[in-house]
Amino acid sequence: MAIKAGSLVDPCSTRITKTGAWRTFVPVFDHEKCIKCSLCEIYCPEGCIHQEDGLYIPDLDYCKGCSVCANECPRMAITMVLEEK
Amino acid sequence: MSYNTANMKVVEGSYAVAHAVMCCRPDVISAYPITPQTHIVENLSQMVADGELDSEFLTVDSEFSALSVLVGVCAAGGRGYSSTTSQGLALMYEVLYNVSGLRMPLVMNVANRAMGAPLNIWNDQQDAIGARDVGWIQIYAENVQEAVDATLQAYKIAEDKEIRTPVMVCMDGFVLTHVYEPVELLDKEKAREFLPDFEPEHILDPDHPMTFGAFADPSTYTEFRYQQFEAQLKALPKIEEVARQFQESFGRYYGGLIDGYFLDDADIVIVTLGSVVGTIKDAIDAMRSEGKKVGMLKIRSYRPFPVQALRKALKDAAVIAVIEKDVAIGGEAGLVTDLKAAFYNSSIRTPIIGFAAGLGGRDITIKDIRRMVEKAEAARKGDLSEFEFLALRKEIL
Amino acid sequence: MDKSLLAPGHRACAGCAMPTTIRLVLDAAGPNTIVVSPTGCLEVTTTPFPESSWCVPWLHSLFENASAAASGVEVMLKRRGKDTNVVIIGGDGSTFDIGMGSNSGMFERGHKILYVCYDNEAYMNTGVQRSGSTPFCVHTTTTPSGSQSQGNPRPKKDMPAIALAHGVPYVATASVAYPVDLRRKVKRALEVNGPSYLQVNAPCITGWTFDAGTMIELARLAVESGLWPLLEYEKGELVGVKKIRRPRSVEEYLKLQGRYKHLFKKAECADMLSQIKDMALANMAKYNLVD
Repeated sequence: MAIKAGSLVDPCSTRITKTGAWRTFVPVFDHEKCIKCSLCEIYCPEGCIHQEDGLYIPDLDYCKGCSVCANECPRMAITMVLEEK
Repeated sequence: MSYNTANMKVVEGSYAVAHAVMCCRPDVISAYPITPQTHIVENLSQMVADGELDSEFLTVDSEFSALSVLVGVCAAGGRGYSSTTSQGLALMYEVLYNVSGLRMPLVMNVANRAMGAPLNIWNDQQDAIGARDVGWIQIYAENVQEAVDATLQAYKIAEDKEIRTPVMVCMDGFVLTHVYEPVELLDKEKAREFLPDFEPEHILDPDHPMTFGAFADPSTYTEFRYQQFEAQLKALPKIEEVARQFQESFGRYYGGLIDGYFLDDADIVIVTLGSVVGTIKDAIDAMRSEGKKVGMLKIRSYRPFPVQALRKALKDAAVIAVIEKDVAIGGEAGLVTDLKAAFYNSSIRTPIIGFAAGLGGRDITIKDIRRMVEKAEAARKGDLSEFEFLALRKEIL
Repeated sequence: MDKSLLAPGHRACAGCAMPTTIRLVLDAAGPNTIVVSPTGCLEVTTTPFPESSWCVPWLHSLFENASAAASGVEVMLKRRGKDTNVVIIGGDGSTFDIGMGSNSGMFERGHKILYVCYDNEAYMNTGVQRSGSTPFCVHTTTTPSGSQSQGNPRPKKDMPAIALAHGVPYVATASVAYPVDLRRKVKRALEVNGPSYLQVNAPCITGWTFDAGTMIELARLAVESGLWPLLEYEKGELVGVKKIRRPRSVEEYLKLQGRYKHLFKKAECADMLSQIKDMALANMAKYNLVD
């Protein structure tokens, strides 16, 4: 990897760092309870919650397990579970 | 060197430099007024106001902001210009490193002035010589004409894709900024041919987003510095090349990295930079007529320091006397230290003695130069004093 | 996630409000935006060479000159006839203190730049030291609670008032807990043909010390207690106040944060707690926060 003079960097390139390795707790989504308010998607600091076929799914490559989504879900449809590896 | 006197006008040094900047077609001029640079920016401001110069002139809130604005200008693809001196240069110290580290080809005229405290608005070179390690190229002008010509050359050097290093064009404050001299002002069209528009490879552009100024941890920082170091080495031949190209277009040449005066057979060589060169030339003319074999080597490019050129030019000198308008408090002075370092590992064993003179705007007289030459003659006979303040007023200490 | 202009993989603490704030700002501003940031948590967590989270063009120069650098960008864009948003996103450290000079210059020169301050109320990146934005009584590493001291002795600097005093045509406060309001204010600010200043409350889990995942709840409490009123000024006139639907007590807000815990433990702090409550009441009255 050759460095570009002036410490110039390509955009969107932090994607290569999988911050999912940081977490202790992982969010589990109960899609039955979900009312699709999208607050979890809005509040997630990593921006890693997205919709797939109408369901809200966290991208576990990046989820740091911060539990903001679980805290804010108005239907308590998200539970933080200790992640066993 | 021949001057085409038919095209010369008697103008103030600051006006001549402002005119040169106009011929360089900067997109943005961002400068904060400080004596003795003020006339440069006032002239530029008037040129913009009168429609002579199509540039944005920003009245910024400090020198720190002045150079910082140009960081944004350059990142957005524009050619920027600033000018400052002394306290202003010191205030932008952080930005100087930022600009060179980001490889931005800015050009700045520094109207060399003493650093306070004590506050002093008159000429010496402590400001720029004190900033010799910040990664900028430094070119020192002997007279107004050279300051004019060096400004145009500076952009060409800075913007070269192999170089991408900012340049300070140094001119002694008041001595060269406020003097009225006959100058051949640059021709706008010729300047445009010599210096085409600035076309950087990467700019801030939503169509091609890039991140400028990421932080580098220990695993990569050294290599960024190395790139800058290499670029300054490449600048050595580039400065010479651009000076020759300038000579082809405009007919004037002052040396690229260095220049000599009665150097070839000189036993005693005076080494210096800046406008004191003029006084020294007069002193040498007088001493030569008395049969003394004195010569002078003028350093035009202080950074990059032209080690090879200096070794070649000075190898036959019997003694070298360095005179400079700065001190390195706690050391000796910038130029003499760099020169001794340049010779240490070579086979040259010529004694080198250093003199700080002209600090805080004190005139350097022909008498002072003669005194220095006497000391050099004594040093040749073994009576060596390594470094001293020339013309120190012991009576007021 | 693919549409987000701030890519994941950045190094912000888990549960930090700052990246959420940034995503909301960028979402409202859109891809035709150039961002300039000073040194701080944002800059350091999003651009560790050779990576960058930014999917828009982004420039970092120094800690105290984002406004000056952004001024240079704005001038060049104008010169080339480009209609691109220029947005500064910086923390309170740069905004309130070290960058004051260059901020003042930018506001006063009238550049078309939106300045977003994500305000976590201390110099967080360097280890939670007091800034001009740190509220009264807060424990920071340079205004610690100790046997001779009860935390920060000075009130929070009123940066929106400073912007207003410069004649900045659009000034507003916002919160990460009110995303719709925040996005609307960003869009409104970008319509202004001049500078605009938006101060966003962004709780810091490391510096304020609170339970994981409660950053939004805290930000909401800051607003609902009256301590962080959501205001909007156009051309110096107060044109918008977000009413508090369910007023909450100041204690409820402060008790959740480690940086205020000395207020509840030390008898000598009782008077300070009253003073903070008074500040909230004063805001309620001044801005008519509760119907």
